[in-house]
This record gives sequence, structure tokens and C-alpha cells, in this order.
Amino acid sequence: MTPAPLHFAGERLLLDPAGAIFWPAQGLLAVADLHLEKGSSAASRGALLPPWDTRATLDRLAALLRRWQPAQVVALGDSFHDDGGSLRLAPGDLARLGAMAAAHRFVWIGGNHDPAPPRGIAGETAAELRLGRLVFRHAARPGPAGGELCGHHHPKARVAARGGGISRPCFIADGRRLMLPAFGAYAGGLDVTDPAIGALFPRGGRVFLLGRDRLFSFPYAALRAA
Amino acid sequence: MTLPARFADWFAARGWRLRAHQQAVLEAAGRGESVLLIAPTGGGKTLAGFLPSLIDLAAAPRAGLHTLYVSPLKALAADIARNLMRPVQDLHLPVSIATRSGDTSAAERKRQREAPPNILLTTPESLALLISLPEAAAMFAPLAAVVIDEVHALAGNKRGDQLALGLARLAALAPHARRIGLSATVAHRDPLAAYVAPDAAPASVRVITAAAGVAPDITMMLPQDRLPWAGHMGLASAPDILARIRAAGTTIVFVNTRAQAELLFQELWKLNAETLPIAIHHGSLEPEQRQRVEQAMAEGKLRAVVATSSLDLGIDWGGVDQVLQVGAPKGVSRLLQRVGRANHRMDEPSRAVLVPANRFEVLECEAAILGAAAGELDGDPPRPGGLDVLAQHILGVACSAPFHPDDLYAEIRRAAPYAALAREDFDDVLRFVEDGGYALASYERWRRLFRDSQGRVHVRSDRIARQHRMNIGTIVEEPMLKVRLGPRGPMLGEVEEYFANLLTVGDTFMFAGRLLRFLRLRETTVEAEPGGDGEPMVPAYAGGRLPLTTNLADRVRTMLQAPETWQAFPAPVQEWLGVQRAVSRLPGRHDLLVETFPRGDRWYLVAYCFEGRNAHQTLGLLLTRRMQRFGFQPLGFVATDYVLGIWSAVQPADVARLFETDMLGDDLEAWLAESSVMRRTFRNVAVIAGLIERQHPGAEKSRRQVTVNSDLIYDVLRRHQPDHVLLRATRADAAGGLTDLGRLAAMLARVQGRVRHMVLSRVSPLAVPVLLEVGRESVRDRGDDDDRLEEAALVAEALGEAEPPPLRVPRVLRANLARRPLPSSPRQGRLLL
Repeated sequence: MTPAPLHFAGERLLLDPAGAIFWPAQGLLAVADLHLEKGSSAASRGALLPPWDTRATLDRLAALLRRWQPAQVVALGDSFHDDGGSLRLAPGDLARLGAMAAAHRFVWIGGNHDPAPPRGIAGETAAELRLGRLVFRHAARPGPAGGELCGHHHPKARVAARGGGISRPCFIADGRRLMLPAFGAYAGGLDVTDPAIGALFPRGGRVFLLGRDRLFSFPYAALRAA
Repeated sequence: MTLPARFADWFAARGWRLRAHQQAVLEAAGRGESVLLIAPTGGGKTLAGFLPSLIDLAAAPRAGLHTLYVSPLKALAADIARNLMRPVQDLHLPVSIATRSGDTSAAERKRQREAPPNILLTTPESLALLISLPEAAAMFAPLAAVVIDEVHALAGNKRGDQLALGLARLAALAPHARRIGLSATVAHRDPLAAYVAPDAAPASVRVITAAAGVAPDITMMLPQDRLPWAGHMGLASAPDILARIRAAGTTIVFVNTRAQAELLFQELWKLNAETLPIAIHHGSLEPEQRQRVEQAMAEGKLRAVVATSSLDLGIDWGGVDQVLQVGAPKGVSRLLQRVGRANHRMDEPSRAVLVPANRFEVLECEAAILGAAAGELDGDPPRPGGLDVLAQHILGVACSAPFHPDDLYAEIRRAAPYAALAREDFDDVLRFVEDGGYALASYERWRRLFRDSQGRVHVRSDRIARQHRMNIGTIVEEPMLKVRLGPRGPMLGEVEEYFANLLTVGDTFMFAGRLLRFLRLRETTVEAEPGGDGEPMVPAYAGGRLPLTTNLADRVRTMLQAPETWQAFPAPVQEWLGVQRAVSRLPGRHDLLVETFPRGDRWYLVAYCFEGRNAHQTLGLLLTRRMQRFGFQPLGFVATDYVLGIWSAVQPADVARLFETDMLGDDLEAWLAESSVMRRTFRNVAVIAGLIERQHPGAEKSRRQVTVNSDLIYDVLRRHQPDHVLLRATRADAAGGLTDLGRLAAMLARVQGRVRHMVLSRVSPLAVPVLLEVGRESVRDRGDDDDRLEEAALVAEALGEAEPPPLRVPRVLRANLARRPLPSSPRQGRLLL
């Protein structure tokens, strides 16, 4: 596993190919859009998706916590697919998430799917978090940003390669804004060429596609032209 | 039942006579028997199917549904409704007729529910919808007859599964309704009779066979100058094809893929100096465009239409003078079906010309001509019914009325595709419909079905029923994008999403018979303008190619083994085979010839399996994995219908061991689970079974936004419940479909101990075509996607578009570097930064 270092707003960050960010100076791990209990949310509307999405997401989160041993974890909103999500956690998943939140300082940023704080799980809740030169929030605030880390759009990118295009979730960053891919097992993606993402990066930037154990970096402009 | 006088007079007035098979059907219907009528095109099948109903209704007029007609094509139902109106009007019969399909208006649907017509013409999908309605029992109770058209095109696929289940339901609602199945001539008659039978037993159906028409006149035409070594498009024959079109009144030029249709159409128009009216017809064109072509064809305004299987079935045009088949026919039954589209008079031979595109196809065409002359039909026997279709059906039944599982199980087993359905599988599917059937009992509160105290199963809410009815059907489209001419121009049709993703601005591509330049992708529409230059791209469509049938493959192998039959071949083919025999050997009927030879810096392995492209594709993926393990460093492979070619960095040795049957054991599971074939199959299964919705009531967002990507679901389900019923259904589908595992396994078993390995110093004549084949594939799993991404990233860096990643060695390794070489697996060391 090879993380990619990124100098961002004067800070040195590490992009993890699993789709998370580690900030060594603060011992801080950030993940976006866990969408826990998306499966059961769909089930309540009649689409009986397999119910293990929360377990799968927590498996991946546990691996990240082992790898980085962070002092604090920032979940960048939409941590639960809906407001009642935390109440629908299976007992095993609830215990597991509880243990994680007890071992690390968790900050739950509110998202559009889960504006209310999760119930029954430790950690602080906030609309946004400012730390040094960086600000963590769910959705990017339109207009010029300074050191903003966000999620919300679930960026993915398609790269033309020999034998056809390859689409992967990705980070996208310019000097001032860094958008994380969605981390949840059932979270889909929005192509970075979509105007909703394009408007947030008017001066281009770089995308980092998630690979199996490393990241693949491309200039944003190259993807947009394609 | 005999022909009443007024009907006989009507027949006589048109110069018609009741044919023997029509009489036989009439008699069987009079006895209340179910019938399978096998007759060639133009044999008056449809009239035979409806005559008993018309006579019955004329004798005893009544209100309510009498006869249900089901056809695989909407257009066919509409056409037949028109044809039926003629005797009904001429004879003043008290018979009401209506069609019902996805296009039927809401007002008309309401009318049909309130006052059902005597004869209703519909499709399998619309029937599935009708039987899911609460009024289904009342509507179908008076049903006296069911006519199933084109049975051969339905039995054995998922639409056929859906129809079989619908018929079983009708049998429960109207136990005395007789059935008439109408079919073209087929290889497997008993399974077809079983399909029509009310109890899945072939013996409970009277099979009536119409006298065969005059044998078709099938010939072969080769390009005038040079016989191509490879390629499947047949463009070299375009001048000859145009000459044939010019010489005849109306021609259908059948091709094998939509891409081939586009290319050949362009090529013909380049040569078409006198602007003969030649049109194009395939399944990705806008329906209006297709209808215009069909209309023009019916009115005799066209001299030729270049068509894919979109014209295999359909309305009889009568006036078609000849059929050209460009490219390999792939199977005798399919060829005869296409040939039958020409000249619908039974007393004159249909004329057809085969136009092979390369040397192997010459062999195949000759084999098909011999097979057709011998009446040796082919095609696989119908496979068991899909569990995904069963899931859709069970929910539909529940939406109509409560049922007892024991009764429904018994009912379903009376449908031939499900005659061998295990109770365990039925129960698993029922559980899936109820609450997902997951090993984790967390969805108890969202179950879609509930059981009452008598054990009867009910649907939980109207909303679930509405949702179900919006998602009925077994045809799952690949994600498609519309193609529009200019920002406000007309829609031309659809291309697969993946193809659109390959296009960059300014790219030229060929579609709907036009040369287009790609402008932009706007949401779900590809915008293009006429014109463009450079080598155009041609959209390909997944699953567009049919594999060579086993029978035809067998004939080709037999011919190869018998040089005395070669004089039927053109001289270049004879010479080609002769040299092959001298420098290597010919593939035998019961053995497997494998050649290995070096060329450039690579080693090639060519296996002459003749098992069809799908099976070869699977074999290629499995063999390359195995060669990797054996240390031969495979680099890529290419599969045709006849041959598999693999190239590697190291000379492959011990070839017989490579082809041992254990390949299916150790490599298969690992490969299959990750493969894109499996993912695509799972997506279809999940959509049909109702796990992923195509449409959601009240959803204004696009389907893309509401549904969860099926790949994500597949990954989670595979990891946590690998034996889930939908994964079982996926594996079953993949085994018979895109992977053709059954055929591959049979071939491997057959050739054990009979692998003939020829170590050659250079390429053999028979191997040349496969080396020239376009569309070579490298093994594509996730690891390789990463490799391809790496390549793309490297290119971007080299072109100065991207910065290289900074040189960076983790500190823990840096300390070690001084003392010993870099550890092979740096991921073992924890990063300290």
C-alpha cells in the first residue's frame, strides 16, 4: 500500500488508496460519505439489498485505523444514509463502531443525509471543523475556498486506457479544495466531468484514482477534454 | 370440428383450400387437445391457430375473453390483429379483437379490463402484467384457447421462462383452455412439445407437422479478386453483393452484428452509383426509423435492406426475392430461418446466397449448405428456467391474489422450464421475494410478503404491487445512451454507454448508416454532427455475436478430415488446407490439435477447438491464468469461433497438461467471481429478480441516481453470502450463456489423452487467420486494470501532462537499504513518517 503525499494549503497530507486522508501532523484520519445502513434504507422502500453494507464499510474502516493509528477520525458527513440509520445498526455493527469511537476521538460532521447527530454512538458532532489552516465540511461551499476538505459529491473519474476506459472513485484537488471519494460500500459515484463538480474546480486541478494499493494521478483538464 | 360452410365459401372465394395441417389442427381443437404445429414460414400457421377460435365464436357468440394470443414481437401482434379483421369483417363474425402491449394507452387498457375482447393479442411481458392484477382471475376464467406464436424463439430463453410461468398461471385460472403452439422447424421437438403442454409432458400435446415446402436453393458466393484470410465483415464482397441486389427485385442482406450492418451499408452506398434504394435495420436504431424501413419494405419501395437478427422474426413481406447471408451462418436452424424470409410461397424454393468473409467461413458455409440439405437442424435444447424470472413471477402472483406455497410450487412445476425445480430452490426464491433471503435476519420488518394463519402468502402493500408492475420484464438492456444529430436534431438510436465513453471530441464514428463526428456528451445523450474524417469507429454491442453451433462445428471438423470432400471448396481453400496438412496436421474430429511456434519475440499457442467464440473466450481466460502459474508468462489471447490463440514470453511446454480438466476446478471459481462477464450476468439477474429496480414510482431522478450500482451489491453479497439464491442463479446463467462452460467442459473431457501438440518452427497456414484477427483481448481483471491505469499515467507523465510522483522511500526501509536489498513486499513494513 503506497499513499500519495499531497501538499495542500501549506499542510502535508497523505492520500490513502482506500479513499481516506491522513494528516500526519495532527494524527488525523478523514473519510467521507460512509452511508452506513444504506442497505436497510433501501429495504424500507422495498428494495431488499443485501444487508451487509455497514459491515463491509466497517471492515474497511477498521483496516484504516490499524494502518494509521490516528488520534482522531473525522467523518465528513453522510456517515449514515438517513437520520434513523444509527438506530438500525445491527447489534454487532453497533458494538464495533462503538469500540472504534471509544478508541479514537471521532468527529461526526453533519451531512445532507444525516443532519442530526448519530444516536447511541460516541464522538463529537459539528457542522464543520476548523483545524489549523484546514476546514472540514460535508459539501464544498461554492466560491473560492482556502484549505477546504469535503465530500458529498462522491467523485469518480474515467481514464481512457488501452482496451477501453477505466472508471474508479477518486480524490480531486486544486490548491484550495480537496474532495474525497465516498467510502461507503454502497455509495456510487458522480463523474468528475459533471458540471456540479466542475464548478467547484474552475481552474482545474488533479484527480487521484483509487487503485488496488496505490493511486493514479491525472490532470483534471485532461479528463475534461476527453 | 369441421369447416362451416360460410368459412369454406370465404376460403373458396379467395382461391384458398384448407391445408392438411390446418384441418388436423381444427380436428384436434374440436377434441379440446393442445397442439404443437410445426410448419415452415408461409405455411398458413397463424390462420391454423385462429381458425378454431373464429369458428367457435361464430357458432356461439359470447362476451369475455375467449382466445389469448402471445407473440414475442409487439409488431407481430398488431399485424395479426389487422389480418384477423379481414375474415371477421367479411363474414360479419361477432368477434371483438384487441391488442395489448407496453404501447397500449391507459384508456384502452381500462376498456380492456372492464370489457375484455374475445381475442386479445399480446406479448409475454404484458401477459405477466395482466396476471399480476387483482382482476386476473375474473378476466381469464372464461378463456378457451391460448395461441403461442414463434414458440421456437421463446422456449429456452428468459422471455420464454416468463411466458411458461404465465401459461401455468392461466392453466390454474382456466383449467380447460387448450393451447396451440406455432413453431418453425426445430431440432428439439420434444422439449418444444413439453413447453406447450399444460403439464410439461410432451405426450399431452398433439404434434402436427406441415408438409415441408420445396427445399431452399442455397449457394455460396466468393469475392472476385482475393479470398480474405481474416475478418468477419465481408466488405471485400460488397461489389458482388451490389450486383446481386441489382439483379433481383427485393433482397434482404443479413449480417451477424450491428457493427457489420453499419460497415457493409456504408460500403454498399460508396459503390451504389445508381442510388438503388438500400436501407439499414438493426436493434439499436430508433423504433420510428425501423418502422419507416419496415413500412417501405412492405410497400415494395426498397431494393434491399441490410439487417441483423432484428429481421429474423416478424411480419411476412411476401415480396422478398432473395436472401444474402454475409458472414458465417453460425447454425443451420438460424440459416434456414433467415432463408425462409425470402419467397413465402411453399411451392417455390427460397433463394439464398451465402457470402463468407474469410477462409474459415468458407468451410462453415459449405458445412451449413450440407447441413441444410440434410435437414440437420441444430441449436441447444432449452435450458432449465431461470430463478430470477421465477422470483419476478412469484411476486406477480402474490400481487394478484394470496397463494399457498404448496399449490404454487405444484403449479410452477407444470411449466416445462421448471418441471425439475427442486422444492429447496423454490423455497429459497420465495424467501428472497419475501425478505431478501439473507442469512442475516435483519429485514424482518420490511418483508414484501406476509403469511396468514392458513399459511397463505399475501403481498404486504399496494405500493409493493405498483412497484412490481413497473418493473416487469426479462429483457435487461446494457446501459445505453441516445445518439442525437446536433443539439436539437432527430434521435438516431442508442449506443452502449461504454462505447460513448471511448469517444473524444472530434472522433468519427459510424451509426445509423451515417458518418458522424462526436460533438459532446450531454447527460445521457451523445450529440454528433454529420461528417468527420479519419478512420471511423463502429459501435460494438455486448453479446452481439452468436457462437457457432456444435453440429456445424462437427461438420467442419469432419470435412477437414476428409480431403476427398475438398473439391467442393474454391482452389485457394484447397491449397490452404493442403499446405497445412504438409507442414503440420489437420484438426481431427475427436482430437485437439495444438500448435506452438515462435514469431518475433513471442511464442504462440494455437488450439483448434471449434467450440464457438464464447467457450474459447472462457478457455483463453482460464488457460492464461494457468500458463501464468506454469511460468510461461502469457501476454494476451484472441478467440474466434474456431480457434484460440495465446501469445507468451516463454515457450509453452507440456501442453497436454495445460489442457487437463482440472483447469475447470482450480482456476474457474477464482476467475469467474472477478470477471466482468459474471458482473454483467449478476446485474441482469438482479434486475429481473427485482433486487434492482428499473423504475421507481414517483421517482423523478434518473434510475442511475436511485439505484445502487450492481457491482457494489455483487461484491458485498459474494463476500457475505456466496450461496445466496441470486448468486446461484448468476452462476447458472453464466455457465450456459456468455462463458459457455458446458460446452467447454464437454470439449475438455472429450480430448483428454488426445491432445496432438505440434511444435513448429513457424506459423502454420491454419494459424494465420487467428493471428490476423482484430479485437485481441488481454486478460482483464482488476489487477490488469491497475496495470492499464499505470500505463495511462506513464503516458500522461511522458507527454508532460502530469507530474511524476515524488521519489520517496519510507524511512523504515531507507534505514534497511544500506544493509540489504529492498524487501520484495514493502507493504509489510509499517510506514513511519
